Amino acid sequence: MDIPKSFLGYKRENGRAGTRNHVIILPVDDISNACAEAVANNIKGTIALPHSYGRLQFGADLELHFRTMIGTGRNPNVAAVIVIGIEPKWTKKIVDGIAETGKPVEGFHIERSGDIQTIMKASKKAQEFSMWASEKQREECPMSDLWISVKCGESDTTSGLASNPTVGNLMDKLEPLGVHLCFGETSELTGAEQVCAKRGATPEAQKKFMKTWSDYNDFILKEATDDLSESQPTAGNIAGGLTTIEEKAFGNFQKIGSRKFIDVLEPAEEPKKGKGLYFMDTSSAAAECVTLQAAGGFNIHLFPTGQGNIIGNPIEPVVKLTANPLTAKLMSEHVDCDVSKILSREMNLDQAGDKLIETTLKVANGRLTCAEALGHREFVMTKLYRSA
Amino acid sequence: MSRPDLIIHDEKDNVGVVVIETTKKGQDCSAWIMENDKTVKVPSTNDVPLGHKIALKDLKVGDTIFKYGHDIGKVVKEIKKGEHVHVHNVKTKKW
Repeated sequence: MDIPKSFLGYKRENGRAGTRNHVIILPVDDISNACAEAVANNIKGTIALPHSYGRLQFGADLELHFRTMIGTGRNPNVAAVIVIGIEPKWTKKIVDGIAETGKPVEGFHIERSGDIQTIMKASKKAQEFSMWASEKQREECPMSDLWISVKCGESDTTSGLASNPTVGNLMDKLEPLGVHLCFGETSELTGAEQVCAKRGATPEAQKKFMKTWSDYNDFILKEATDDLSESQPTAGNIAGGLTTIEEKAFGNFQKIGSRKFIDVLEPAEEPKKGKGLYFMDTSSAAAECVTLQAAGGFNIHLFPTGQGNIIGNPIEPVVKLTANPLTAKLMSEHVDCDVSKILSREMNLDQAGDKLIETTLKVANGRLTCAEALGHREFVMTKLYRSA
Repeated sequence: MSRPDLIIHDEKDNVGVVVIETTKKGQDCSAWIMENDKTVKVPSTNDVPLGHKIALKDLKVGDTIFKYGHDIGKVVKEIKKGEHVHVHNVKTKKW
């Protein structure tokens, strides 16, 4: 197929392009959720992103919190941001981080004025932002403005057989066009870690990957209370035909096709080395992983599923594909791209990859994903350890 | 193009995955190799359900199982061509 050279996106002040045009109301901390949700209720065309953390965190865990908050606001799928926190200092830190992009952002703090005053002031500004953003038009953007993240979930043998390789096929076809790509799931590469490390494009990237994976593995071995072979693969994986953790990991690994990764990112870190594939250190839990990738600046997500994961994200559209014919039939409202015909050989990988590219571009151009239509907005912060 | 009974990822693999509801004992399965789009015949000596693996050759204790062209574990009990390959005769090398 002739791959289109462009898509219709929203051009942003810093040169990036979005596939969506959200105005978000971002609470700095858990206790500011009510205020943020009240503003989003008042002003149409805005969405609140409530979450569970942001108080008394410290060290690397606090840094990750800020990186996720700021990165979410910076994402090009976001046109403008209202930040609401309990106190001014951390609120301002997040506002300043987002403001570097040049997009409209304004912060409000609740201490000394209370919810009602804050809601009133923030609603006024949110109305201005929402109406301003509504004037934005989609424009032709080069394919290289697509930043595509991937993660699989509720995997079964059809994932490794067909839906993950379909994503790999898409990567092989789109990487030469200059797109940014990102995979993660540190834990579920166990067993394929040596082979995955060899996919590092430089000795530095390879070394960095092995350090990230080893740190994770050391943590697991420290916390594990029994032989992990009872947990990976799970009883469900085994019933579905997966025998070893290596088999599960190699199924997962199919998503990057024959690509090499140029760098290893911290959770929620924005890539800085230009176009190409990145590995991000993430949890393998769906909502945590996609939230981190969105905070890293990725503007469209591909999510292969076997048994039928239903995840969405408030700012990054999540395109779901499956090769499991039963999932495609019984959970059709969650499936954006059905590639189950690969198993019956009515479709080959090349055709499946083309079909996924078509679906991805439709969504990039504005078509709602199943998860968006169903209202899935899972925004889940990754917490590294206990708060102070 | 006929519907395959098994799919093999890579030419190097010594197992194939069942993609029909179940194979029947004695069934002469048609196996499609995704890597090169070739089809080969493999016998099934057991009833093997969807998603489970069948050996493409005789395997001895200590042999490596290849799927996706990669090492996914070791044989712990002798396996004959056509037999079901799973946790009863293959273990991880990881733990």
